Amino acid sequence: MSVGYPILSTLIWLPIIAGVIVLFAGRNNPVLAKWLSLGSAVVTFLLSLPLWFAFDRTTAAMQFVEKFDWIPTYHIQYFLGVDGLSMPLVLLTTFTQVLVIASAWEVIKERVEQYMGAFLIMQGLMTGVFVALDAVLFYVFWEALLIPMFIVIGKWGGPRRVYATIKFFLYTFFGSVFMLVSFLYMYYQAGSFSILDFHNLQLGMTAQILIFLAFFIAFAVKIPMFPVHTWLPDAHVEAPTAGSVVLAAIMLKMGGYGFVRFSLPITPDAAMELDWLVIILSLIAIVYIGFVALVQHDMKKLVAYSSISHMGFVTLGMFVLYDIVQNTGSLQGAQLGIEGAMVQMISHGFISGAMFLAIGVLYDRLHTREISAYGGVVNVMPWFGFFAVLFAMGNVGLPGTSGFVGEFMVILSSFMANPWYGILAAFTLIIGAAYTLWMVKRVIFGDIRNQEVAQMQDLNKREFAIMTALAVAVIALGVYPYPLMDVMHASVEHLIQQAMTSKL
Amino acid sequence: MNFEMPNLAIALPEILLLTLTSLLLIADTVWSKRCEHCTYWATQITLIVVGLTIYAGFAHETVITFDGSYVRDTLADVLKLFIVVVSIGIFLFSREYLLQNKAYYGEYFVLGLFGVLGMFVMVSAYNLITLYLGLEIMSLALYAMIAMQRHSDKASEAAMKYFVLGALATGMMLYGMSMLYGATGTLELPKIAEVIASGHADAKVLAFALVFIVIGLAFKLGAVPFHMWVPDVYHGAPTAMTLYLASAPKIAAFAMVYRLLWDGLQLALPDWQGMLIILAALSMIVGTVIAIAQTNLKRLLAYSGISHVGFVLMGVASGDAEGFASAMFYIVIYAITSVAAFGMIIALARSGVEFDEIEDFKGLNERNPWLAAMMLFIMFSMAGIPPFIGFFAKVAVIEAAVNAGLLWLAILAVVTAVIGAFYYLRVVKVMYFDKASDTTPLEPLTRELGAAVSVTSVALLVLGLFPSWIMDLCYRSLGLTVVS
Repeated sequence: MSVGYPILSTLIWLPIIAGVIVLFAGRNNPVLAKWLSLGSAVVTFLLSLPLWFAFDRTTAAMQFVEKFDWIPTYHIQYFLGVDGLSMPLVLLTTFTQVLVIASAWEVIKERVEQYMGAFLIMQGLMTGVFVALDAVLFYVFWEALLIPMFIVIGKWGGPRRVYATIKFFLYTFFGSVFMLVSFLYMYYQAGSFSILDFHNLQLGMTAQILIFLAFFIAFAVKIPMFPVHTWLPDAHVEAPTAGSVVLAAIMLKMGGYGFVRFSLPITPDAAMELDWLVIILSLIAIVYIGFVALVQHDMKKLVAYSSISHMGFVTLGMFVLYDIVQNTGSLQGAQLGIEGAMVQMISHGFISGAMFLAIGVLYDRLHTREISAYGGVVNVMPWFGFFAVLFAMGNVGLPGTSGFVGEFMVILSSFMANPWYGILAAFTLIIGAAYTLWMVKRVIFGDIRNQEVAQMQDLNKREFAIMTALAVAVIALGVYPYPLMDVMHASVEHLIQQAMTSKL
Repeated sequence: MNFEMPNLAIALPEILLLTLTSLLLIADTVWSKRCEHCTYWATQITLIVVGLTIYAGFAHETVITFDGSYVRDTLADVLKLFIVVVSIGIFLFSREYLLQNKAYYGEYFVLGLFGVLGMFVMVSAYNLITLYLGLEIMSLALYAMIAMQRHSDKASEAAMKYFVLGALATGMMLYGMSMLYGATGTLELPKIAEVIASGHADAKVLAFALVFIVIGLAFKLGAVPFHMWVPDVYHGAPTAMTLYLASAPKIAAFAMVYRLLWDGLQLALPDWQGMLIILAALSMIVGTVIAIAQTNLKRLLAYSGISHVGFVLMGVASGDAEGFASAMFYIVIYAITSVAAFGMIIALARSGVEFDEIEDFKGLNERNPWLAAMMLFIMFSMAGIPPFIGFFAKVAVIEAAVNAGLLWLAILAVVTAVIGAFYYLRVVKVMYFDKASDTTPLEPLTRELGAAVSVTSVALLVLGLFPSWIMDLCYRSLGLTVVS
């Protein structure tokens, strides 16, 4: 597949170059910085659309491949490509970026050019993570991403931002260094850093277990899974709105992506051996973290915990496949689980981003995220109330919203694996409804609580546009998810085949 | 015995450097007052000329002269070129520092050049005496340079410490060399290797010799547990000297490690490998952990330097040519990063504050975003975060360790890298997140200095994006084939 220009490189480097230009040109000229950034985000989004339209849905092979020698001494290549697993995530990134830039329009007043520059550079690096097919290149993007995020949380964040950002950095850095060591070990075995070569690499059981665990630490921290999730609520609460959106909508997905790109295909036997570990931790995340979310009085923290709980579905859906095949012998069930997990990732990208943006809207007006400070918002902000309730329904997993599709598929497949998994996972729908709706009730409905709330303005045009875009995405994916599943179908089939082929 | 005329052409760079430096020593006394900056420019020109001479006669194969005591091979030439480049940077920043502190003496540059000469000799030494000679030429120049600000108590103390411990280290090394001579009956490194290979060397004496030689090397490199002098000297010495101390001599020290342990004692690998593993592990742990508690940037960099030495030794401990190549790559990168880091301190110190406390960096982003960004590059490169070059240096040595089956050491290394990230992050945090206690804009840099700071720091990023040529150079110079 090709579209006449190196599309993946463009999607990586255009925002990064734009970011550097913004850093220089936007100094002392915030307006220019904003427009340049928005321009870059929109152009990048438009340029990313051919990925969707020119994508060959019949093959699991890598498409739009670009391959050059980068560091021949170590056989490291500049190797890019997408398949059905990564392509939707790339589009999610370019789509979210437009909203992220727009969301910061009036809010950020201090050092606008550095803020915008950081987000643009981050966009390029995130795209790089999803499209890199060389392990070192992947790692470079993966780690480099920490730098702008570190600055963004630490500089524009809330009162405990420094603590939160250092915790965020060190947690993720700690998680990923073990991944690096296993890359080096596999390079020593395979003679190349190409991820596709890693997929074909024969590994013994001990090596597989160690590599699986190293990957597991890296991705579990990123997703994040219980018990290494504690950095996320801190980072989310302290980060500025756009930072939270990027974290929740895209960065968490990198962990899930890592599982399907690395763990399952490279260490299938270890994954089969240790799938109970992932499943138990996912179920703990789904149920226990759900309860934790229930008691939060800070809106952002609540959504942060709900993110962890929802990401539990992703890991659950990815790792029930061995049990399903053992119990029923049906590969279709496994397919359902993994596709459900992928849909859940995309859907969660929309919904969590929307929730954080909605909280951002409130925060911009009242400068607090305490649930108790609000009440009766719908009376003064009817449009906001409409969108907030819609997104809350998506978060609950109401049929017709995107949240339903992924969760339903995952629950269905986990019933096939073990009815208990299904029951526990389904249980969360109740908890999820409880914490989300309770928050909506307290914040949106009821009587106007105080004078400040009474003076709140409804959404302005910019906010309205952002909310509409997300609402359309949430409903479209909820009503007609077929195109998205169609895109991933071949790749997921291939992945299951890889995950079911023993390397011993 | 017939006297054979040595092939002087092989040592042309050293001869040229010695001649020019001696001329400069005389010239400096003549023009000292009338032409203050002549010495500086003459120094830079000398280095450039010497560098070009090396480049012009670049050795693609090994040639030996002076009756087997002097070698010129690709490795030697590459290392000398790196030393020249790093030294040019050192003098550029040093001049600024000396001018600010009213300590501008021509002798500084002359001594600096003698130091470079000593490093050249170390790099090309092919027998124990020559090696020792080079080490002493370099060390004496360094002692004198640190002590040059004789009215400063701190500097004198640092010079004293460096001298006493340096002398101790040289003593150890010399003792080891004498035993090595006793065990093998020769001073020439290749012949030592031959004798060991033939099995005629007394294994016990050899082991003793090895212990003392490794101790001497560890002292010079500043590896734990022989690191005590490093923080005090780095901290006490004027920044210009610290800059010198922390960069070019490290490259020469690597050469010494290579010549002794690989050219001479390769077959004693099982004996020295264990020692180096211990030194590497301890250096990484101690350097990293103690650095956390530091509030002074120079001390911080000293401890972080100790942990970097640990990484270098990990590469060496891998015990094969790839390991040495990765260690060489690491140390060259470390030298460049050191120049950038201490150069930054010098550049910032213009505003009257010494800028060696971490507190001084508070709110630097508000005062000068460009310099803050450059410092960010330096810190993240040292922490080993991609896309900066420090990342690839770490990858190379860790890869060597994994290759050599030292998986636990590799894991220890990455764990210390994470701990180390904390204190580099703290500097970034102070620059970006804290409010400046002093909000006056910084005095603008001179064009030369601004360019130097920018070039060295941006180089860390650019090299990180295109690391392959410098990696290839290190691999080629150790005789490894590189696929292209």
